[in-house]
Amino acid sequence: MASTSDNGFRTRLGRVRGLGSAKSGGAHWLAYRMVAVLLVPLTVWFLISIVRLAKAEHADAIAWLHQPVNAVLLLITLIATFHHAAAGMREVYEDYIHGKLARLVAIGLTNGAAILLAAASVFAVLKIAFGA
Amino acid sequence: MSETSVAKKARPLSPHLQVYRLPLPAVSSITHRFTGIALTVGTLVLTWWLVAAASGPDDFDTAQHVLGSPIGLLCLLGWTWAFGYHLLKGIQHLIWDTGTGITNASAQRSSALVFGGSFVLTAIVWIAAFAL
Repeated sequence: MASTSDNGFRTRLGRVRGLGSAKSGGAHWLAYRMVAVLLVPLTVWFLISIVRLAKAEHADAIAWLHQPVNAVLLLITLIATFHHAAAGMREVYEDYIHGKLARLVAIGLTNGAAILLAAASVFAVLKIAFGA
Repeated sequence: MSETSVAKKARPLSPHLQVYRLPLPAVSSITHRFTGIALTVGTLVLTWWLVAAASGPDDFDTAQHVLGSPIGLLCLLGWTWAFGYHLLKGIQHLIWDTGTGITNASAQRSSALVFGGSFVLTAIVWIAAFAL
């Protein structure tokens, strides 16, 4: 038959994408793992850092983020964390939310919130790092 | 006849959810999810803390004050444990992904290690935070 479906101009491959396996699950799985591996040393570093900043005054926190190594590592930690959180929450939704629309909305809202929080926290770090 | 009764005895029992005591690796697994969800919510606090630091000394002092209050410290204590647990359980999962340690006995041991390690890690972090 023709390559377009009965209801629209999209190809069969185009329609099936996002509705199940379209040969992209492996990449998603691997990305989740790679980021998780990356997060092991980063979160240990982060935990040590915030222990040292536990009783910090504002000036101490600013001075800490003025050091390029700290700013760069924190930026990577933040982006990896929000990627990992969104991927993890998606897995939870996919296991427990059975309605297709509700699941899609939950995943979409979580991804949106993750992007918003990632942007806000990255902006805060950059503002301090580049600030006087 | 006797052979039949022996075979009956050896049959695996179907878990009845109200009386079934979850094995340690199962408790450990669901705890991994709960800590993951809690840590995702915790990223809101992290973002708030960074944005407060970027917006100036007054906002940062407010954030430090809230986090240093009894309820704030209790939340941070819970956060530290969730963090340590999720980190250790995550490492266990990454090791499992390589095909290592997937036997009942090994999973039992490593799950106990994850629980024990999470409390040890929490204690170390809090002793260090107050001692430094």
